[in-house]
Amino acid sequence: MAGILVYALHDDEGNFNKNSLGAISEAAKLAGEVGGEAAALVVGEVADDACASLGNYGAAKVYRAKSVPEGLAQPIVDAMAKVIQDEGISYALFGGGLLGFEIGAGLTARLNAGVTMEVTAVKVDGGKLVVERPILQDSEIADVGYVSEPGIIIGRLNAFDAKESGGTAEVVDVDVELSEWSSKAKLVQRGEQRGADVNIEDADILVGGGRGLGAKEGFGLCEELAESMGGAVAATRAVVDAGWYPYAAQIGQTGKTVAPKLYLAAGVSGAIQHKVGMQNSENILAINKDPNAPIFEFSDLGVVGDLHKIVPKLTEAIKAKKGG
Amino acid sequence: MKICVLVKEVPDAAVQKRIDPNTMRLDRGGEKNLNPFDTHALEAAMQIKEGGAIPVEEVVAVTMGPDSAVRALHKAVALGADRSVHLSDEALAGSDVCATGYALAKVLESESPDLVLLGQQSDDGECYTIGAVVADHLRMPSLTQVIQIDVSDGKLRCERQAEYGYDTVEVELPAVISVGDAINEPRYPSLKAIMGAKKKPLDSKATGDVGIEAGQVGEGGSKTKVLGLNPPPAKEAGEIIEDEDTNETVEKIVAWLDERKLI
Repeated sequence: MAGILVYALHDDEGNFNKNSLGAISEAAKLAGEVGGEAAALVVGEVADDACASLGNYGAAKVYRAKSVPEGLAQPIVDAMAKVIQDEGISYALFGGGLLGFEIGAGLTARLNAGVTMEVTAVKVDGGKLVVERPILQDSEIADVGYVSEPGIIIGRLNAFDAKESGGTAEVVDVDVELSEWSSKAKLVQRGEQRGADVNIEDADILVGGGRGLGAKEGFGLCEELAESMGGAVAATRAVVDAGWYPYAAQIGQTGKTVAPKLYLAAGVSGAIQHKVGMQNSENILAINKDPNAPIFEFSDLGVVGDLHKIVPKLTEAIKAKKGG
Repeated sequence: MKICVLVKEVPDAAVQKRIDPNTMRLDRGGEKNLNPFDTHALEAAMQIKEGGAIPVEEVVAVTMGPDSAVRALHKAVALGADRSVHLSDEALAGSDVCATGYALAKVLESESPDLVLLGQQSDDGECYTIGAVVADHLRMPSLTQVIQIDVSDGKLRCERQAEYGYDTVEVELPAVISVGDAINEPRYPSLKAIMGAKKKPLDSKATGDVGIEAGQVGEGGSKTKVLGLNPPPAKEAGEIIEDEDTNETVEKIVAWLDERKLI
């Protein structure tokens, strides 16, 4: 067996996901050491040029399953399982994200293959891949190896950087027969945007609000504080799902990745899914009443206290300082 | 229909978790609790049952784990499940995700559920994947991180957040659905339900009872192996302020921001 297969996710306009591109670059780097080549799998009617362009990130070959729909995991499990078995591929690599987790998990069952998830780094030991997988809320890092091939690796969001190498990939069409249960889920609507369109990626200062705000109205405090500093307001997935704040402002696993000069977290616990979207901020200031909140593990200044008392006074103090 | 809810016993959130360096497994000593994410799955099951859009004959809580996991099942029935099934066998110890998913699928198969619900993740393993592994073994459609379930015409209409926004997906039954914690606010069990929990039926099953092949589970049946443990790269610890006098706290924050030229 040889080679690494990456699932390249795309949106309805045919743009590839940057975490998929990162996974392709990582696979290209690793394939050089474990033998074989890096390949990508694309589903749907994606144009030849677009498929071939994945070569620019290191894919030698792109398998295209035109008849397989994009957007739900199980049909893509069918496609990947077929290519892995037909081509004798050693590893499947995913750049993270919801679909990557689901497809990787499905492949585990289908191929009776080992799986690791939330992987932050992959290394080669004796021609085999060994992954680094943070566990227990990132307090330890486990080195995990595979007993047999194929092995499934699901990366953590932003774990792998996309690198342009200037190549083109050979495009190979594959026919895939869908499993009976793969067509029992149907995408009725994909990628609905809920709430106002806000731009958080260009802000130098972000005030992030989480469940600790207590209620939707708590975001008023964040907005006033952000305004006093000339910043914008971001949110955690939990509060976006609860309908407290627009989806466009969400940071983390399925949301945006930001790196502002200041990230001020108000009532944000700091779950891994949020952390991956903001940990590269230059300065992290967290206000949370729970002294055990994980966010304090990676903040530069942590304030243990009631944000409802602290934030309004902080807003006033900043306004006074700027005015004076 | 019959709903099975997969639950798990996890170390209590307040317990400092550690890996036993000899076995490379989680040290499961100390106070334990029902995985908090599972309470959302139980609540979702109860809401479907009480909602009346489809008749639900029973809700069955299913777990795999050592003897002590019985307490997680007691909590699950206190939250509304009608009965519970406990898969427990020495042979299962040390199972990885691949082996665990297989074993859970086998015990579920013996129950022939129309719907399997589970939480989005376990508080200890943080794998997010078990639902999709189980679903493929059961040859059922599956979705994870679902935050709304509506039942109509014997189908589920589910919503969830995926890579590009919110997706709406129609899923035929039988199916495996893992729910996100935004789906509901789990109820608290009544005192009466807690007291009555031990009286509800609990079936204990060993691997042989549900047709699990011994070679596919446990450490020997696992396809991954933990080779070593390392501390994460050291990060300079941040400064921590306890808010005692809020005016003073705010002064300190402003000074900190000012020092870094952020205001």
